[in-house]
Amino acid sequence: MFHWLERNPFFFALSVFVTISFAGLIEIVPSFAQASRPLVGTTPYSTLELAGRHVYIKNSCNACHSQLVRPFKSETDRYGHYSRSGEYAYDRPFLWGSKRTGPDLMRVGNYRTTDWHETHMKDPAAVVPGSIMPKYTWLYENETDVETAYAEQLTIAQFFSTPYNKAIPMKDGTSKIIKMGDSIAEAHALALDEAKAIVADMKDQNIKDTVASGKIPEIVAIIAYMNSLK
Amino acid sequence: MNKNGPLEYDYSVSKLFIMNALFVGTIGMLVGVILAWEMAYPEFNTFLGEDLAEYTNFSRLRPLHTDSVIYGFTLSAVWASWYYLGQRVLKVSMAESKILMFIGKLHFWLYFSASAVIVLSLLMGITTSKEYAEFEWPLDLAITVVWTLWGASIAGLVGFRREKALYISIWYFIATFLAVAMLHLFNNMEIPTMFVTSPAGETMIGAWWHSVSMYAGTNDALVQWWFGHNAVAFVLTTPIIAMVYYFLPKESGQAIYSYKLSLLSFWGLMFVYIWAGGHHMLYSTVPDWMQTMGSVFSVILILPSWGSAINMLLTMKGEWQQVASSPLIKFMVLGSTFYMFSTLEGPIQAIKSVNAIAHFTDWIIGHVHDGALGWVGFMVIAAIYHMAPRIFRREIYSKSLMNMQFWIQTLGVVLYFTSMWIAGITQGMMWRAHDEFGNLAYSFIDTVTVLHPYYTIRAVGGTLYLIGFVMFVYNIYKTTSAREVEEHELQNASPMGA
Repeated sequence: MFHWLERNPFFFALSVFVTISFAGLIEIVPSFAQASRPLVGTTPYSTLELAGRHVYIKNSCNACHSQLVRPFKSETDRYGHYSRSGEYAYDRPFLWGSKRTGPDLMRVGNYRTTDWHETHMKDPAAVVPGSIMPKYTWLYENETDVETAYAEQLTIAQFFSTPYNKAIPMKDGTSKIIKMGDSIAEAHALALDEAKAIVADMKDQNIKDTVASGKIPEIVAIIAYMNSLK
Repeated sequence: MNKNGPLEYDYSVSKLFIMNALFVGTIGMLVGVILAWEMAYPEFNTFLGEDLAEYTNFSRLRPLHTDSVIYGFTLSAVWASWYYLGQRVLKVSMAESKILMFIGKLHFWLYFSASAVIVLSLLMGITTSKEYAEFEWPLDLAITVVWTLWGASIAGLVGFRREKALYISIWYFIATFLAVAMLHLFNNMEIPTMFVTSPAGETMIGAWWHSVSMYAGTNDALVQWWFGHNAVAFVLTTPIIAMVYYFLPKESGQAIYSYKLSLLSFWGLMFVYIWAGGHHMLYSTVPDWMQTMGSVFSVILILPSWGSAINMLLTMKGEWQQVASSPLIKFMVLGSTFYMFSTLEGPIQAIKSVNAIAHFTDWIIGHVHDGALGWVGFMVIAAIYHMAPRIFRREIYSKSLMNMQFWIQTLGVVLYFTSMWIAGITQGMMWRAHDEFGNLAYSFIDTVTVLHPYYTIRAVGGTLYLIGFVMFVYNIYKTTSAREVEEHELQNASPMGA
């Protein structure tokens, strides 16, 4: 049979393809049939949080920080509850990472503050002596791309029925609405409102002034994202 | 073309890919060395000044390193080998068909242009964040076209072939083409955001290149590591096996040890490899049975991997003196040995209880590099050393330079993986250490500062490997003007100058 295959390239290629397809069919397809549903209390990202997530991705933060707490005592002691599938339901893409040069960030919003991030990103070693994280000074100057975040919100609402502007049930029986703008101007206004709430806790006068003038520096967006990780 | 004379192979496309491999290899490894020093000495992150820090810091450069060495350096060498040995084992010349030649050239130039855009886009921070699949949708489409052109070239050469039976190398090239096509298409299912319209009727909102993954959370991870693991398999393993199955017998003058072993290894590898992707997600939120499958198949994977490696090493049976006398054979034999070593280390790391310590640490980085530097790098270097005298019809410029390069790079690899083993296991153990009261024994930063000496040793190892690579590039460059060889068709051992 093998000798015959080696003389008939089409059937050879076909056999290879069938052989390599098995694993994908058996391992991946069943998981998709059972699409991951959000945990009660898991909400989609707001406009500014999503923009902050883009800043996180743009700077490949995931190259050094994981977002996956494994079910070991040493990890739950350090980072909080182990990760559950439903918590990632709105993560497109997932950001588990594959290397922990720095600590896990899955629940960083539970134990770090706006103020801490503001000082830390400017000069990590000044906050954590011995830190090898580079300074992310440009985040304080670059402007956040709110429009792309808005375009993504529109896309996921349309294609994946992500529940924006809808009541989402929370654990304590109440419900929460994550707003999405009806126009670019409205999306900007929503993001700016979120940004104002963040800068209220910040020290840098330049950043405060910039937000007051209607522009959002990347640092504000990424802090909004960090704070949402719980 | 003389219908009755011997075939004249045309290496013009191969030559382009070789030059690209040398060029991108140097850049990609240089970026890797920069990254290594940045981890040892963080102040190095701003080595071009504060103003350019955004483009020189670790996180922005990291994807540039991985993608340039995988898709720039390795793929170029793979394609150089394809356009060289594809003709020879199929007994058909590129010069015989204008269409094949056009496809080959188009393949190279499109690939080259797409690579240039990829470098710029990664520096700008345009990325999907998925490892080894960072490219946004316009580039994914370009990659699909480039890949299809390679497929057309394979179909063309195989279609016109005079030698009816496909040689082992061709099996592996076909497998590489099919598997990567499948993985690339499914992993990059994404929706470009430029097509949406806001309720207010606005269109073309935000960055036109932006897209959203079709999969979310755990499913996204599952597809990504099905891709990520197998991109490694089908870019860094199968085509390299294709190369060694051709270049080792050619250079040593020895026949492949066993046809049956090559059959077993090939079909075994095809079936087993893809399953093992699950070992990247042990203790994550993917279903347990999938994680277990990933672990089990990773261990089974030792069989087909060692099958190929043993077949390589036993090909040298009775001719071991060649290892001492020829630096070219040294590269191939040590490369095969590193392949054995790396394919034993991987399955060990895939065992759940080992993975609990190894995952997220530098041990994984060490594993990747003993495979990439020791196996892929050495095989590519050997392949180019073998092709150069035949393409340029000149002897390799300097044998002693080659020998020196071999030892410098070997030392580099050894320093690299030993330091990363120690770093990884140290950090993994420190993360989980508890004191007598059950509290965590170390804060996270303790587990970072302790790694400084190992990061420094690794950076030295990487630098040595880069120095060796520059010697290699210089040697090949000088080969293009070295002493001409008189024989028309070179047999076996490549001619080398002092």
